[in-house]
Amino acid sequence: MRHIISVLMENEPGALSRVVGLFSQRNYNIDSLTVAPTEDQSLSRLTVTTSGDDARIEQITKHLNKIIDVVKLVDLTEGAHIERELMLIKVKAAGAQRAEVKRSVDIFRGQIVDVTSNVFTIQLTGTGDKLDAFITALGDNVVLEVARSGVSGISRGEKTLAL
Amino acid sequence: MDQLSGGEMLIRALHDEGVDIVFGYPGGAVLHIYDAIFNQDKVEHILVRHEQAATHAADGYARSTGKPGVVLVTSGPGATNAVTGIATAYMDSIPMIVISGQVESRMIGTDGFQETDMVGISRPIVKHSFMVQEVKDIPHIIKKAFHIATTGRPGPVVIDIPKDATDPKQKEKYEYPKDLKLRSYAVPDKGHTGQIKKAVDALLLAKRPMIYSGGGAIQDNASEQLINFTQKLGFPITNTLMGLGAYPASNKQFLGMLGMHGTYEANMAMHHCDVLLCVGARFDDRVTNSDTSKFCPDATILHIDIDPASISKTVTADVPIVGAVAAVLEEMNDQIDKSDKEVDKQALKVWWDQIGKWREKDSLKVRPSENGIIMPQEVVKAVFEITEGDAYVSSDVGQHQMFAAQYYGFDKPRRWINSGGLGTMGFGFPAAMGVQFAFPEAVSVCITGEGSFLMNQQEFATCMQYQLPIKIICLNNQALGMVKQWQDMQYGGRYSHSTYAESLPDFSKLAEAYGHVGIKIEKSDELYPKLEEAFALKDKLVFVDVQVDPNEHVYPMAVKGGAMKDMFLSKTERT
Repeated sequence: MRHIISVLMENEPGALSRVVGLFSQRNYNIDSLTVAPTEDQSLSRLTVTTSGDDARIEQITKHLNKIIDVVKLVDLTEGAHIERELMLIKVKAAGAQRAEVKRSVDIFRGQIVDVTSNVFTIQLTGTGDKLDAFITALGDNVVLEVARSGVSGISRGEKTLAL
Repeated sequence: MDQLSGGEMLIRALHDEGVDIVFGYPGGAVLHIYDAIFNQDKVEHILVRHEQAATHAADGYARSTGKPGVVLVTSGPGATNAVTGIATAYMDSIPMIVISGQVESRMIGTDGFQETDMVGISRPIVKHSFMVQEVKDIPHIIKKAFHIATTGRPGPVVIDIPKDATDPKQKEKYEYPKDLKLRSYAVPDKGHTGQIKKAVDALLLAKRPMIYSGGGAIQDNASEQLINFTQKLGFPITNTLMGLGAYPASNKQFLGMLGMHGTYEANMAMHHCDVLLCVGARFDDRVTNSDTSKFCPDATILHIDIDPASISKTVTADVPIVGAVAAVLEEMNDQIDKSDKEVDKQALKVWWDQIGKWREKDSLKVRPSENGIIMPQEVVKAVFEITEGDAYVSSDVGQHQMFAAQYYGFDKPRRWINSGGLGTMGFGFPAAMGVQFAFPEAVSVCITGEGSFLMNQQEFATCMQYQLPIKIICLNNQALGMVKQWQDMQYGGRYSHSTYAESLPDFSKLAEAYGHVGIKIEKSDELYPKLEEAFALKDKLVFVDVQVDPNEHVYPMAVKGGAMKDMFLSKTERT
């Protein structure tokens, strides 16, 4: 099962490598990883998507909690949550293709953020599935380059991951 | 408030933390610190002959005293040489502080002379690590490092210090912090009362109970609570390799060590029990025999551990209790006293009768020697008798380690000093030095093999410098015995690179070359008199080279892929 784990950790040098190192050291996989400081400059928030059965996820969260730099964490997939990923994608857009691509962008509620005579650069946010679907919708031989941010997430309602 | 340089702060902070001994080796990046050491007399520095030995000596000091061991090494090769010792301490949860020098901050990342990324290299084998950025941070970092290393599940902490942070020209105000704040580090203390109640209920309903205790009981100094608990219930108990001594080996409720080379009765009782209480152990593969689906098939498993990540890692616990072993056992003792239920004495008697039958196998019976050849087990038994079971015994890794664990009956905790988790050859001798520094009057014995001993033999020089009267008992079988045993059992007796008889040194002469005493024992009738002679030399290091049967195996031995009940009992007999 896929899990999204959000981690609040000390915004200190080495903290990120301890988290990433744990995953490789114990043979856990990382499907995506995002990290940036929070509104409190002393804390970073890291979101990792991983997969495994319940026992494995339990071990992952326990070992994450053992890292001294980790202050708090939540497995977002345990409750209702919102997940988003940002994608910047560069596609061929020449001649008749331009209108076709523009239509797909509108359907997926993306934005064209840069244009040349032959290329559109599109920004799209959503779940990973939505981004995958957009790439599929564009069809073969259109995509030139993809940059995805990895999943970021937050729980729904009044529940917060904070100190 | 004093104005101190970073190097001076470091040493002062160690003193303020209660440290009186540091094991180390100087080098370029730590010269400022060594100069600070020269100018004071509160913290004693011990000069070893290899950084690995510094970590093992600090480790032996920590295991025998319960206090953290402290190591000081230089950058680059000094730091990397310490890595094996750090990993050894990490695997066995030993509190240790390793201070490593680093090149100047402006040089970091330039591949400077003797530069290595110590924080990076050590990351998977430390509980935590610090890189000093500014001189003024040093007292706080030391305070945090000791707190982290010694509390919860203990472990090694590395402090990497760039040379400029110890510069004698830069002085800052020094004050050792009284308190510390670590918002991200909480230490579990007492266990959850509800969980403890569940465990007590299960124990009182048990027909075939078993207690399995490990290194956690020793780390938390929980021997007294463990003895009270076990004797109050009258249950059988076994100790892991790391837990030997937490429960007295001479007590009748003790079934011996369990696991790969555990006794028949301990392993059989584990396999057949209906309630298993694990006290500060971690269901290591040398206990469970790797296929955990066959482990204790009928048992309800109760697990006390201070580290939540150890619970349900390899074997799922039915009743997990996260907490310090001593506090949890104390509360269990209270709850048992207050409970309206009682131990099922009838069932327990049947269970003890069964255990008695298993005991009759006498699985540690030693094969009689022929033609005056010395059996290695007899050597350990002789050392036990001559030292009256009261020595500190360190060991290396291999057959001699298992013989020591099986035949030296430890009645007290912190007497058995060995590398259980990592299995580090070369550990025993320097660890025995750490013990001897901690207890100058005690008998510090290192039971070793010739293979392991050669890995840290340079410490003969350290022992001469500090006049350490260690007794080294080398079970010399002229081969890497445990490797050879596996090659006998699984590789058709093809001794690939496990023998070297023709190239071994004359160990007694080697010891004598350093100014120590060397004794060689070749015939079984010399064993007692010559060992007695060795132990009578109270002020001298004595290396006793005992030529033992080169073909002996360690038994019992778990059958690969089997359950705990599946054991080889000798070369020809299996369960």
